[in-house]
Amino acid sequence: MTLNLRIWRQKDSHAEGAIESYELPGVSSDMSFLEMLDILNEQLIGKGEEPVSFDHDCREGVCGSCGAMVNGQVHGPDTETTLCQLHMRRFKDGDTLQVEPWRSAAFPVLKDLVVDRSSFDRIQQAGGYVSVATGSPPDANSVPIPKDDAEAAFDYAECIGCGGCVAACPNGAAMLFTAAKVAHLKKLPQGQPERERRVLSMVDTMDKEGFGACTNHYECTAACPKGVPIDAIATMNREYLRATFFSKEGV
Amino acid sequence: MSSQFKLDSACPSGPIESRWDNHRFEMKQVNPANKRKFKILVVGTGLAGGSAAATLAELGYNVTSLCIQDSPRRAHSIAAQGGINAAKNYPNDGDSIYRLFYDTVKGGDFRARESNVYRLAQVSNNIIDQANAQGVPFAREYGGHLANRSFGGAQVSRTFYARGATGQQLLLGAYSAMNRQIHAGKIDMRTRREMLDLVTIDGVARGVICRNLITGELERYAADAVLLCTGGYGNVFYLSTNAKASNVTASWRAHKRGALFANPCFTQIHPTCIPVSGDHQSKLTLMSESLRNDGRIWTPKERDDGRPGDQVPEDERDYYLERRYPAFGNLVPRDVASRAAKERCDSGYGVGNSKQAVYLDFKDAIARDGEDAVRAKYGNLFHMYEKITDENPYQRPMRIFPAVHYTMGGLWVDYNLQSTIPGLFVLGEANFSDHGANRLGASALMQGLSDGYFVIPATVCGHLAGANLQPVTTSHEAFAAVEHEVREKTDKLLSIGGSRSVDSFHRELGLTMWDKCGMARSESGLREAVDKIRGIRESFWGDVRVLGESENLNQSLEKAGRVADFLEFAETFAVDALHRSESCGGHFREESQTEEGEALRDDENFCYAAAWEFQGVGNDSTLHKEDLSFDYVKLAQRSYK
Ligand SMILES: Cc1cc2nc3c(=O)[nH]c(=O)nc-3n(C[C@H](O)[C@H](O)[C@H](O)COP(=O)(O)OP(=O)(O)OC[C@H]3O[C@@H](n4cnc5c(N)ncnc54)[C@H](O)[C@@H]3O)c2cc1C
Ligand code: FES
Repeated sequence: MTLNLRIWRQKDSHAEGAIESYELPGVSSDMSFLEMLDILNEQLIGKGEEPVSFDHDCREGVCGSCGAMVNGQVHGPDTETTLCQLHMRRFKDGDTLQVEPWRSAAFPVLKDLVVDRSSFDRIQQAGGYVSVATGSPPDANSVPIPKDDAEAAFDYAECIGCGGCVAACPNGAAMLFTAAKVAHLKKLPQGQPERERRVLSMVDTMDKEGFGACTNHYECTAACPKGVPIDAIATMNREYLRATFFSKEGV
Repeated sequence: MSSQFKLDSACPSGPIESRWDNHRFEMKQVNPANKRKFKILVVGTGLAGGSAAATLAELGYNVTSLCIQDSPRRAHSIAAQGGINAAKNYPNDGDSIYRLFYDTVKGGDFRARESNVYRLAQVSNNIIDQANAQGVPFAREYGGHLANRSFGGAQVSRTFYARGATGQQLLLGAYSAMNRQIHAGKIDMRTRREMLDLVTIDGVARGVICRNLITGELERYAADAVLLCTGGYGNVFYLSTNAKASNVTASWRAHKRGALFANPCFTQIHPTCIPVSGDHQSKLTLMSESLRNDGRIWTPKERDDGRPGDQVPEDERDYYLERRYPAFGNLVPRDVASRAAKERCDSGYGVGNSKQAVYLDFKDAIARDGEDAVRAKYGNLFHMYEKITDENPYQRPMRIFPAVHYTMGGLWVDYNLQSTIPGLFVLGEANFSDHGANRLGASALMQGLSDGYFVIPATVCGHLAGANLQPVTTSHEAFAAVEHEVREKTDKLLSIGGSRSVDSFHRELGLTMWDKCGMARSESGLREAVDKIRGIRESFWGDVRVLGESENLNQSLEKAGRVADFLEFAETFAVDALHRSESCGGHFREESQTEEGEALRDDENFCYAAAWEFQGVGNDSTLHKEDLSFDYVKLAQRSYK
């Protein structure tokens, strides 16, 4: 098939960007979206134009590197699918696809479709862990954990940190991302001792990084390629409230 | 050529059970107050690098950590699916440290060091405890205890897992441990940095030169020890299950500075991957070995049987692994399963349009346990399969074919994980140490975390306390000299202005490697490979087109540097495969097979690790041999029948 691509091109974080149009013939329905971009790039290189920059690595939906808005949709039209797992059989000959980077004040564009998501790391650094030094833990079976709790914890822990939730949110909130870690560790006995510190510190950092507030649009969970459950946010809100009452330490 | 190196594995002696303890006891120590005076540079944040950086920072060292991706959490380890081994013996099925050790030495076809493998089995249990304490959501039984499943090459269930995303969960555990130290100011984390060379002073590793991938600036980092945790080089085949940024650059450039490269030809071709669908293919997707717990592998009994898999009746199917290897059945090791699939396809029994595939079928498991039970175990893998192939694997058998997956070869290291350059340590898939000629499933995660959490924290002190290191800064002339060389190379790549893209060269190299250095290798094929690789390398340097600038994010330039290194490294790979005229593990020389087509080792002549010394691009490397001895697991022809 032949596609009409409209792609955001921006030289670096200081430059003004703009949409450029390209016609791309020879797209096979078995290709992934990123393979389609690969052949566009081969075509551009052939013409002596700089290829489109985009983040990607595993190409199997787990590293969280890839992501773009395709016709205004996070990671394109399929549910629970990263951009690298989106396949071109989803589109047809003659389609026009507008491809843009995540848009959020907290994710500045670095080049073309590449954005800076380091704010996500800083939220995790603020408390997304259990403080356990290497070598000290007891036998892994010493504390049984109900199967259902372990499964629920996994559902939150599966977040790949792609940033799609922020890009989907009209307010640019990072609630689902932050809440996924809070809810994961809240489900497990290992997470209890630092429960209050964790949520206070992570939420505080999230706010400082310039993410917006949550006003219950639920776009985040609809866009999430891993289907991280929305109840994580309610859990985080409860945890936060509880912590502000009970925490003796503050942050 | 006379040996400049005395390859000393530094393995302790004495009974194997007490070697690691004794070694640690005898190791020189750095006292707690002095640790912060030592700077350790950790390159890579996968399971090996992430766990090492976190643990060393906890101990008080001054750690700087580098990775290519925009976050340490995105290292290639994130993609590991199936599980991690440990000798916990929770299922009470007769497992023990000794059995894990035994299986791993045998699985590696007797080309690994016994002392290393024993240590790996010993610390395996601590890894599970550590990850569990971090909150890794391992799979559990209803009673709340950890669940296990089986992987190839073992007759016990010792694999721990977190659905089909074990690597993700373990890496996020290590990442969280790193985050705690970053927050505490003890790890200086630098993302989007690519190490482009090693700096040595008086023969000792003292730092690296790195490119800031956003600004293009070359940066200097000085240290008292450098840890390469930079992963494997499977992408020398272009198509592999590795992440796209996986590369040989850090290892190769260290090799060019004097680190020996061991067993480069030892590559793992994984039997169950989604087959290639066309020329656009950019990478291959693994279908985890865990699927072989419930899936049965077969081809039709008739050649060129055109019927869809679900329409071939039971008695017209050949479950060839169960037929050939009744004791292990579908759970034979990977090298054996891959060769058997190739044999079926070469003989005309392959399925699908390309005929380069066999079936992996869940019909019986679904009939026995129900679709929901199968979905609960493997849902994400089935989902991925359907996304890629547009076929529903609950209804039709999966089509699978072997693909390049893992590299057992790597920089040579001693028992302390130190390379032949003092102060340069190599961890995880980047080193050559523990898997011999074939890695058993679920043991790479174990090795990466063993190296990072438990081995390096104990062994790095030997170097730091013993080497009488003088302080160095990045203003030392050695940094300027290496930086200059790196800049020249980058400028050269940008100035060629040829007609072909970097990817086109990479694909061409990959095809040659797959044809001549893949699942079956022969003397004539390997000689041809060497010639072809040289030819591709020459045309690359004459005709590659790299657009853009060096002072900016430039993904073509990044790729060009990596492909340039693959093109040099590939020759050493082929030369190693050529010199080892025996078959062992994943290295199958057509000239050396049993009557039944199994790999035939030649212990008389090849019971050693081959460590190559660089002598200049295009010149013959010098071979150094580390003889291997087997005092516990007796050398024997492997059998899984
Ligand atoms: C699809 C798949 C599934 C797998 N499943 C399993 C499994 O179930 N069980 C199992 O045991 N094993 C599995 N493996 C193997 C296992 O995942 C890897 O061997 C292991 O994760 C490698 O870890 P590592 O830390 O050595 O390197 P990696 O995870 O590859 O990390 C390399 C790091 O080095 C950095 N780096 C590389 N080069 C440079 C440079 N020049 N400069 C700066 N940084 C650099 C990268 O940014 C990255 O951070 C699987 C592999 C694949 C491909
Ligand atoms: S490239 Fe890893 S999730 Fe898409």
